[in-house]
Amino acid sequence: MNFELTSDQKMLAQTVRQFTKSKSPVERFRKLREAGVPWERDVWAHMGELGWLSVPFPEDVGGFGAGFVEVAIIAEGLGKTLVPEPFIASVVLGGMALLGAGNAAQHEQWLSPMIDGTTSLALGYAERGSRYDVSAVATTASRDGGGWKISGEKIFIPNGHEAENIVVSARTPDGVGLFLVAADGPGVTRDKIKTIDGQGAGRLRLDGASIGDDRRLGDPGDGSIAILEHVLDYGAAAACAEGLGVCQATLDMTVAHLKERKQFDVPIGSFQVLQHRAVDMFVEVELMRSMSILASLAVHDDDPVARKRAISAAKVTLSTGGRAVTRESLQLHGGIGITDEHDSGLYFKRMLVLDTLFGDEVHHVERFASLPSFAEG
Amino acid sequence: MDLSFSPEDETFRQEVRDFIATALPEDLKAKADIDAPFPMEDTMRWHKILYAKGWVAPQWPKKAGGPGFSATKRFILTEELELAGTPPLSPFGLVMVGPAIMQFGTPEQQQRFLPQILNGEETWCQGYSEPEAGSDLASLRCKADEDGDDFIINGQKTWTTYAQYADWIFCLVRTDPSVKKQAGITFILIDMKTPGVDARPMLTIGGTPAFCDTFFDNVRVPKANVIGKVNAGWTVAKALLGHERTLLALVGNSRRTLRRIKHIAAETAVGDSTLLEHSEWRGKIARLEIELEALKMASLRVLAGAELGQAPGPESSILKLRGTEINQRLYELAMEVMGHDALSWYNDAGVVPDAEQGIAPNFCYTRANTIFGGSNEIQKNIIAKWILGLPASK
Repeated sequence: MNFELTSDQKMLAQTVRQFTKSKSPVERFRKLREAGVPWERDVWAHMGELGWLSVPFPEDVGGFGAGFVEVAIIAEGLGKTLVPEPFIASVVLGGMALLGAGNAAQHEQWLSPMIDGTTSLALGYAERGSRYDVSAVATTASRDGGGWKISGEKIFIPNGHEAENIVVSARTPDGVGLFLVAADGPGVTRDKIKTIDGQGAGRLRLDGASIGDDRRLGDPGDGSIAILEHVLDYGAAAACAEGLGVCQATLDMTVAHLKERKQFDVPIGSFQVLQHRAVDMFVEVELMRSMSILASLAVHDDDPVARKRAISAAKVTLSTGGRAVTRESLQLHGGIGITDEHDSGLYFKRMLVLDTLFGDEVHHVERFASLPSFAEG
Repeated sequence: MDLSFSPEDETFRQEVRDFIATALPEDLKAKADIDAPFPMEDTMRWHKILYAKGWVAPQWPKKAGGPGFSATKRFILTEELELAGTPPLSPFGLVMVGPAIMQFGTPEQQQRFLPQILNGEETWCQGYSEPEAGSDLASLRCKADEDGDDFIINGQKTWTTYAQYADWIFCLVRTDPSVKKQAGITFILIDMKTPGVDARPMLTIGGTPAFCDTFFDNVRVPKANVIGKVNAGWTVAKALLGHERTLLALVGNSRRTLRRIKHIAAETAVGDSTLLEHSEWRGKIARLEIELEALKMASLRVLAGAELGQAPGPESSILKLRGTEINQRLYELAMEVMGHDALSWYNDAGVVPDAEQGIAPNFCYTRANTIFGGSNEIQKNIIAKWILGLPASK
């Protein structure tokens, strides 16, 4: 048992800290949000140069071949200053789906350019009414000559409004299949959904969209569902890390406020009732950190029951802890926390997105309790 | 990073399980199975069995008679003993005064007291709190006046758990009333058989006589019984609080209680199904299991740090806080799961299922967990000051 980061991992964390401090503090996200710019291509390319977009992928597709701990380090660091580039959406969701379902030629054609920061990916699985069930797929794909015709709608796709290519699930006569849809392809309409955190998401409307068979990722069937489930677990693990960054920054900001803000001639942080509430936030952050570590180690577990148990437990901890921390932060900041000009509201809203994506608290409590490990334990 | 225990540690875990299976006497196992309270003689019987095995003081160094275990082995041993529901050993000698004597005692004091703590021939209790000195411990008034080579002790200590069975008590006493309150306190050992010592048991809400009021009426104690320096008792007391924080998380005990809740829920019919399959009930159980998992992970982080010789990080301070809360909430949930059976109080076998017998007394008694060892509110004050760096409250 060992929870120490290796020297390479420590260096990575340090590089991410330097990047967020010098290139992407919270003010940058604020400016982009006001300008209506989701994120910037040159910054994405820079992330590619730094090798961040390669970490979870094997070396033969241009990856770094690292584990998920490195992904978590980056996601946590980016979460601290609300960096808007689509790290989780493109690397963890689109990238891992393409890695898991695609073949070598597909990896070379579509994964490698994402890894070097030239393009970005996304994953569209959610539909109206599907909630978090990846097998609830109403979108259809049918054979059309040598290719496929896909019809349906995918909503709230992280980075779906910007990605060149989007992995989409669609029901075929042989079960659910995965397809890589080009955003500018025939029969494809995509637009931007405004989201509470200001980052936006994509909506994809497919009206008999023509897709070549070279864009079919693997064979339709149960295997595709298993891949989607695993990819969403990767997403959940990454969300736990980003949420940890969000909450650590929120805690730090709140504690600083308690020390600076004076009322009744003393710093409000000297009031015991507020001290105890700050300590409650601290406790939640430490538990989230513990479970984020578990999630990043267990997400590769070969045993799907052990993996799902750990990921669901971590995601529930993210939801309960993250809500408590970001909501308490607003209360402890007082009126200023309710203004858009103060950062605490930005973190509060980003946390809500991470809480919801990849399954909310009730979804993961139910999944946790449905596993054989629950009845046996 | 690596989450797994080493093969050696896993082997040790199995060794502990095998040992408990063969060494725990039948009558104690029968009590453990229903979580019945263990009277002091049961506790000391189990103490001596563990002593014979060399495992009674896993946190003691080898030279003091401990097994020289790693932090991980200590954690595993404690977790497995708690999981099996074996009698919890009295912590006052093994975890509290023993390590204090090792750190601050003279060689003579160490030779006199440590072997007897280890082999269980002498049992201990703690004389800290007083009727007017609880969370504000340093305001204690039980006084010690010099008289030649002795101190004369007068005053009252309270919540002196199991003082009625104890051979010795370690006390914080006022030796200098003229200085800042923390500076005039001395840590002293008192033989409970000394004339003038009177321990009067009180019944707790758990129905067991765990607490005592202990009175001192002109009790003569040799100065040689002072641990550390006269008027430096606060230092000894603070050091003593720092020992073995991971154990306060009660992970093993809570896992055992969770298991029992699931067992009861699976045996309880609701409609044509069981409580364990009922979505709201199983959601409640699952949420607590997840909280316990997070606590366990936090404990393992502290443990892994200790293995590397690191001082406990911020995560260690949350263990007592959250561990005691989760433990209480598990018993609360167990009571809810039991329905009417929760109302049964020390009835003969057969009134309620055996698995439910011990729940209600533990539900009551574990309310103490968030109070003793520095109440959870005091723990929060400490975290606010020392970790978050918040200004002192007025």
